[in-house]
Amino acid sequence: MTAPLSSPGTAGSHPPTPARRAGGRQGGGFRLIIVLLPLLFLSVFFAAPFLVVAAISLGDPMLARPPYTPLFGPDGFQGDLENYAFLLTDSLYLSAYLNAVKIAAVATLLALLIGYPMAYVIATSPEPRRAVLLMLVVLPFWTSFLLRVYALIGLMNTNGLINSVLSTLGVIDAPLVMRQTVFAVYVGTVYTYLPFMILPLYAALVRRDESLAEAAADLGAGAWTVFFTVTLPLSLPGVVAGSMLVFIPVIGEYVIPALLGGPDSLMIGQVLWNAFFSARDWPLAASVAVVMLGVVVLPLLFLRRVVEAR
Amino acid sequence: MKNLLLASTLLIAAPAAAEGTLNIYNWSDYIAEDTLEKFTAATGIAVNYDVYDSNEVLEAKMLAGNSGYDLVVPTSDFLQRQIAAGAYQPLDKTKLPNLANMDPDLMDAASAYDPDNAHSVIYMWGTTGIGYNVDKVTEILGEDAPVDSWALVFEPENMEKLSACGVSFLDAPTEILPAAINYAGGDPMTTEAEDFEKAEAVLERVRPYIRYFHSSQYISDLATGEICVAGGWSGEVFIAAARAEEAGNGFAIGYSIPNEGALGWYDMLAIPVDAPNPEAAHAFINFVMEPQITADITNYVWYANANAASMPLVEEDIKSDPGIFPTDAAKANLWSSVAYDSRLDRTVTRTWTRVKTGQ
Repeated sequence: MTAPLSSPGTAGSHPPTPARRAGGRQGGGFRLIIVLLPLLFLSVFFAAPFLVVAAISLGDPMLARPPYTPLFGPDGFQGDLENYAFLLTDSLYLSAYLNAVKIAAVATLLALLIGYPMAYVIATSPEPRRAVLLMLVVLPFWTSFLLRVYALIGLMNTNGLINSVLSTLGVIDAPLVMRQTVFAVYVGTVYTYLPFMILPLYAALVRRDESLAEAAADLGAGAWTVFFTVTLPLSLPGVVAGSMLVFIPVIGEYVIPALLGGPDSLMIGQVLWNAFFSARDWPLAASVAVVMLGVVVLPLLFLRRVVEAR
Repeated sequence: MKNLLLASTLLIAAPAAAEGTLNIYNWSDYIAEDTLEKFTAATGIAVNYDVYDSNEVLEAKMLAGNSGYDLVVPTSDFLQRQIAAGAYQPLDKTKLPNLANMDPDLMDAASAYDPDNAHSVIYMWGTTGIGYNVDKVTEILGEDAPVDSWALVFEPENMEKLSACGVSFLDAPTEILPAAINYAGGDPMTTEAEDFEKAEAVLERVRPYIRYFHSSQYISDLATGEICVAGGWSGEVFIAAARAEEAGNGFAIGYSIPNEGALGWYDMLAIPVDAPNPEAAHAFINFVMEPQITADITNYVWYANANAASMPLVEEDIKSDPGIFPTDAAKANLWSSVAYDSRLDRTVTRTWTRVKTGQ
């Protein structure tokens, strides 16, 4: 697979022809719509709900419907940062955040290590095998996520498939306890989010110019040198995109640790759930959510900076 | 003529008010297989039936409002708090002639949570005790295993041995913590924050041996032998027993109300204040209070009902099972749950998180 040598830089350097300019003007209104639509979508479905959550986080719990004090009472503004101060006084919140970040980071790394070779093989496979392999990556999405987690429960039960096979083979004497452990949480998260790692990696790898790797090999570079100096840097946007698609949702993950995890895999999503449901403390839960957004956004900004620096 | 036409349309329109769709939100595994079918056949009202497995999930929806449900089934102490928050509408008792079937003593006991039973009718009631795999527990702890005492799950020496076959607890702080307080010699109906430290001390010692805290997973896990002891709800344990029997795996599942006492609770039918179809909800409550319908539900879910007229129709082995309909002595030992204020709520939730995670 070779790309035409001319493409990127040279096309832009030609002076625009009148026809293209006309097309550009036509595109002006169209472009405005293209920009406005996502903006509208984000403000309705992200910014507005987030502001509601932020407003709740400044209130106090109250026995009412809804169960919190409004931001503006009879004496005007009555919000305060008490809930955020409370998050700092109790070590539970910090340790649950750190645990979530740790689990998300390890899961991302594992997904990268497993997903990269898979994406590489898919990207270098000839058609039609490539299409089949890609299909297999996407296939699990055809079943509900919850069902797949329950299937994992069935596999990892003490009298489940894995344990019965291992004990039949005589590998183990007593059944392994796999459910309700951090191990199960890693299995669950890596399994669930692997396609989100593979697809962007595949997209980056399939786009890369194979002739560059060939040139490096011709100049005497070994297979590993070619990989680390040519292939990997070229696929870095895919690595970053895939890592973000795994890391960000895993930080806030609730279902997987709740169903598969045990006492030592407490993540911030469960703490939020407890504050919201068990304690009926919506303002505290809202402040946990606001802080969680911060925890997610900071690594994201960092990653973007890494990519832009290249 | 015109008036006559108008009158006739009104006549046709009148029963239509009780038609349409009824949206029910009930506990999982908590109704007979044919109840909804019979209701629709009798009234022409179609039913959307949705389920939950914890009071907390229901409560979040009730407190948020506009849940879209016409009929929900909160447990008594949750109901009490939600009534105070203004979540339920008073029942129109003229539409509930079958109230006459209800057991006056039990309805009176439930009125502690809802004065005059103004907002609610008892659906089923039960206890929070211990479900156990008879053979496995006997195998591990011997013939005289203390299955009729909280010592089974609150004494580290028992729990250490039982942890090999798996022990679970409900993820329900307001049910497990009072049992631990009671075991430590305190008042299970306390509202003093320091009493919960006693519960924490009890649970702290057995925590390493608890497989998990969850409020519905234990049904299938008890049935399949994944766990052998569960601090759980009476009827759910009986469901597990029935499933083990269906599966034919030879597991006998027992349920006991511990001698030290246990929580007795009422699940109450109530209509949210913003229910889209309260007419249909009233019709359903009245329908459930038919003796045959209530008896069918008890015969299927193995929870006690509070419908005196239904008792002759309840199967004999269910009626005589002390785990379902407690003996008078066990009844005297039951405690009720108390609604906590928001300050105590924070303490209880925090204690519970420490119990569950050690943090």
